[in-house]
Amino acid sequence: MRAQFQRLQQWVERRLPALTRHRRQEELPIELHRRRIYIVPTGFGLAFTVLLLVMMAGSLNYSNNAALLLTCMLGAATAISMLIAFRTLNGLRLRGLRAGHAIAGEPIDIIFDMEATRLRQAVRLDLDEQTRAFDVQGRTDVTLRLPTEERGWLSLPRFRIWTTWPLGLFRAWSWMHANYAVLVWPRPELSGPAPTLPAEDNRRQRLHRGEDLAALRDYRSGDSMRHVAWKASARHESLLVKDYEQPEARQEWQLDWRQLHGMSNEARIARLARWLGEAQAQGRPWSLWLPGEAIELGSGHAHYARGMSALALLP
Amino acid sequence: MNALFTAIARGRHRRAQERLGDRSFDLLCITTAFVLAVHAGHLPVWLSITLFAALGLRWWQRRHRPGRVPGWLRVPALLLLVAAVVLDYGNVFGRDPGSALAAGLLVLKLSESETPRDARVGAAFGCFLLMAALLFGQGLTATLIVALGLLPALTTWRSLEPTQIPINLPRQLLPALLLLMISLPLALAAFVFLPRLSSPLWGTSSTQAATTGLSDQMSPSDFTELLTDDSPAMRVSFDSAPPLKNLRYFRAYVMWDYDGKDWRRLDSPSDAAPTIEAASTITYHINLEPTHQRVLPVLDLPLQAPAQSQMHADGEVFADKPVNDALDYTARSALRYRFQPVLDPVTRQHALQLPPDFDPRTHALAAQWRQRFGRNDAAIIQAALQMFHNDGFSYTLVPAPLGHDAVDDFLFNTREGFCEHYASSFTVLMRAAGIPARVVTGYQGGFWNNIGQYLLVRNSDAHAWSEVWLDGHGWVRIDPTAAVRPQRINLGTAAGGSNPLLPWYESGVLESLRNHWDIVNRWWNEGVIGFDALRQRGMLTPFGIRDVDTDMLEKLLAISIAVFGAAGLAWALWRRPEGDPALAAMRALERKLGRAGVARGRSEGPQHYLRRAGRALPTQRAELDHLMRCYIDLRYATAEPSPESLRMFRRAVRNFQPRHVV
Repeated sequence: MRAQFQRLQQWVERRLPALTRHRRQEELPIELHRRRIYIVPTGFGLAFTVLLLVMMAGSLNYSNNAALLLTCMLGAATAISMLIAFRTLNGLRLRGLRAGHAIAGEPIDIIFDMEATRLRQAVRLDLDEQTRAFDVQGRTDVTLRLPTEERGWLSLPRFRIWTTWPLGLFRAWSWMHANYAVLVWPRPELSGPAPTLPAEDNRRQRLHRGEDLAALRDYRSGDSMRHVAWKASARHESLLVKDYEQPEARQEWQLDWRQLHGMSNEARIARLARWLGEAQAQGRPWSLWLPGEAIELGSGHAHYARGMSALALLP
Repeated sequence: MNALFTAIARGRHRRAQERLGDRSFDLLCITTAFVLAVHAGHLPVWLSITLFAALGLRWWQRRHRPGRVPGWLRVPALLLLVAAVVLDYGNVFGRDPGSALAAGLLVLKLSESETPRDARVGAAFGCFLLMAALLFGQGLTATLIVALGLLPALTTWRSLEPTQIPINLPRQLLPALLLLMISLPLALAAFVFLPRLSSPLWGTSSTQAATTGLSDQMSPSDFTELLTDDSPAMRVSFDSAPPLKNLRYFRAYVMWDYDGKDWRRLDSPSDAAPTIEAASTITYHINLEPTHQRVLPVLDLPLQAPAQSQMHADGEVFADKPVNDALDYTARSALRYRFQPVLDPVTRQHALQLPPDFDPRTHALAAQWRQRFGRNDAAIIQAALQMFHNDGFSYTLVPAPLGHDAVDDFLFNTREGFCEHYASSFTVLMRAAGIPARVVTGYQGGFWNNIGQYLLVRNSDAHAWSEVWLDGHGWVRIDPTAAVRPQRINLGTAAGGSNPLLPWYESGVLESLRNHWDIVNRWWNEGVIGFDALRQRGMLTPFGIRDVDTDMLEKLLAISIAVFGAAGLAWALWRRPEGDPALAAMRALERKLGRAGVARGRSEGPQHYLRRAGRALPTQRAELDHLMRCYIDLRYATAEPSPESLRMFRRAVRNFQPRHVV
C-alpha cells in the first residue's frame, strides 16, 4: 500500500512539475508565501462539515431560524479558521540552518532558525518521521535530530512545515528543500593498536626552563636574581630560588595514511578516526598525512574537527 | 494534489495519539456541563441529575485516578440509558427522546475521552446538541445563552493544538469569542441568503402541547396560571392612533357550551362570514408569540381574516396551521359596529342553553328580574351589573373554591374571583333570564410602549367577558369585571392592586427596563425568528426587486460568500510592508522636492542631493540641512536607529513643504 502510494506520488511529481516546483533545492533564507502554502481540511474537518450540513438541514427542516443562525455562525467560524491556518504560515521565514557535529550512525542536531514578524502558534515541523511543535515569536530556534548512516556530506532532506491551528479543522503546509548539507564524521573503530611512533627523542624531553613551579632549592651562583623567592628566604638562612621545571613533553603523534598497509580505505579511516579521538582525549598534539591533504602538528578541538572533516571527505 | 495524497497517507499511518491534556479535558467538561444545562429544562429531572452526577464523577475520577472508565461499566451504562429513554418517552426518535438520548451519549463519550481525537469528537457533538437545544425554544435570551456554549467547545479544539504559550482558563476563552465575533458578518449573510425550504423534508413542524396561552375551554385553574404569567403574548402596532384603553379588547375564543363547570366553544361553528355593520375601522399589525394553537387574537371586532387564516361567524379567527413560531399578521377591525343584528332561531336556542339541575338560586334570581323588568333586556343587564358593583363583590386572583353549583356559590356565597368568574356567572344569569349570551376570551389592555410605538400584550392580560344579543343592536360586549373593578379595564392588569400574585417589579424603573428589553425581543422576533421564506422573498423590495426566487437567492449567497471570501483572503494575504521606514520617508521627501523641481540624480548621494536642494531653495536651506543630518544619523550613526529619532525624522519630512522661489 505504502509502496504503491509512493510510486503514485513520484509519478505525480514527474508529471506535474508545476506542483513540485519547490522540490528543487532552494537557497536560504526561505520565506513562505501564498504560492507555496497548501491547505486541505483534516479528516476531522471533513467530518465536522458533514455535521454542519446535518445541522443546517435540521434547522431548515424545522424552520428554526435561531438554530440556523447558530449553524451559520459555526460554519463561518470554520471558514475563518481556514484563513487563520493560512496566515499562520504565510510570511514565516527560515533564516538559516545550523548543525552540530556527529559521527556516522549517531543522530545530528539540526537547528532551524525561524523568524516571523508576528506570533505564529502551534507550527509543526516534520523531518524524517519526527515532528516538533513550536511557536514562532520573533526569532526562534527549533532543534530536530537527523539520523546519519555514513560519513561524508549529508544533504538535509525535504522537510515540511505545517499547522492545524487554530481549531484542527484545516491543515496548512508547505514543503521546504533547503540547499544545505552537513558533514558527518567517520565512525571510529572500536578497538585496535596504538599508533607506532618514531624513536623517542630523549633530548627533547627534560630540563628546560619551564613554566610550572616545581620546588624551592638553595641558591646556586648563576641563578637569576629574579627567581629568588624573597619571602621564603627571609625565614631561611640562605637564599632560596624558585625552581621551574619544564613539563614533560607530550608525545606527538605523526599519523600517516601510508603507514596503514594492507587495510581497506574505510578501515584506515576508522582507525585514524579512533587515533584522532584518543589524541584529543589525551590532549596530545598530532599531525596527519592523508592522500591529498597534510595537516600540520597541532591540538585542540578545532584541530580535531579539521582532522575529522578531512577524514570524512576522503573519497 | 500529491500533497493531498500525502496528507491522506499520513492520516492512515498515524501514530498512537498522545494523552489528552488536563486543561483540554476540563474544557471538554465545561462544554458538556453547558450542554446539559441548556437541555436540563426539558429533560426529565432524574436524567438531568444523573447526567450531571456522572459528569462530576468522571471529572473527579480523571483528576485523582487517571485512566479510562472500564468497558464493563460503559456498555451497561449505554444500555441503561437507552432503556431509560424508551421507558420514559416510548421511543428514541423525535425531538424530545432524541435530545435526551444524545445528552446521555455525550456524557458517555466524555467517560471514554482520553485522546485529543475523543475531545474533538466530544466538542463537535456538543455543538450539535447546542443547536438541538434551540429546537425547544428560540427566544433571544435562550439563543444568546446557547451561543455562549460555543465558546468552551471552540476553546476545547483550540487547546488541543500544540502551542506553548500558557494562559489561564478565562483568557483562553477570549480568542474563541473573537473568532465568533469576526465570523458574525459572514454568518448573517449566509443566514439571510440561504434558501429556505418551502415544505419540511421529514416530519412535520414540532407539535407541542400548549404550555401557556388561552385555551379553547375555560376552567378557572388554567386562567389563574395565565394571569400570573408575565411573558409577552403579542405585540400590536397600529397604522393610525391606538384605540382608547377601554376599547382594547382582543378576541380569541367564543364559548357557547356550559356544563355547569367549564365553558367550551362549539365543535363545528359555522364558517359563514359574520354580518357586521361597521362604523369606524382600524388597521393594525400583530406579532404573535408562538402559542401552538390555531387561534389568532384580533381586535374586537375583525372585519376579515388575515392571510392564511379564516374567520368564523362568531368573529373567531383561526390560522390554517398551528402557530409554532412567532407569526406576523395584519388585520382590520371595527371599533364601533352592529354585529349580527338578526339572530336565527337555532343560534338563539344555542345561546340560551343551560345544563339542567344546576344553580337553582341563579335561575330564581333571573326569573325574579324578568318578572320585575318585563321585556326590558337592557334593564336586566343593568341590574346584574349593579349587583356586581354594589353587593360586595371583589376581584382577586386567589378566590375561594366553588362547590357543585358554581355560579350559585359565587353569586351568593364567596363573591370573590376574577374575570372568568364574572363572565361565566353573568352569562349564566343572562341565559337564565332568557337573554342570548355567550362568553368571549382573549386579551384586554396591554402596555403602550412609547419608544417602540407598539402595544405589548402579556399573557397576564388574558381576559374573559360576555356578549349578549339585544334586539336591534346584535351582539353587544358586556364586561362584568369592569363593574367590579373599572381600573382593571382602564389600567390593565397592573391595577389589580391588592393582588398578591403580581410580581413586585411591576412598577417604576424596572418596568421601564423591562419595556426596553421587550423592544429588543420584538426586534429579535421580527428580524430573526420571523424571517421566513415569505419575508426572504420580499426582502429586496426596497431595491426594486419584487420577488426573490431560489435561483436569485443562490446567486446572492454565492456573491456574498465571494465578497466575504475575498475580504478574508485580502486579510490573510496582507503583510505589513517590511521596508525601511527611514528610506520610505526619504523617498517621500524626494517626491516633494521633485515636484518643486529638484529631482535626485541617479548617482547622487543623499548628502550631495540635499545640499543641492538647499541651494535651489535657499529659504529652506536650514531646514534641508537639518533633514540631511537627521537622515545621515539614522542611516549611518547607529546599527539600529532609535524609534524616537525615526519618528522625528518622519514628522519633519511630513511637515516639510517646498516653497518656490519666485
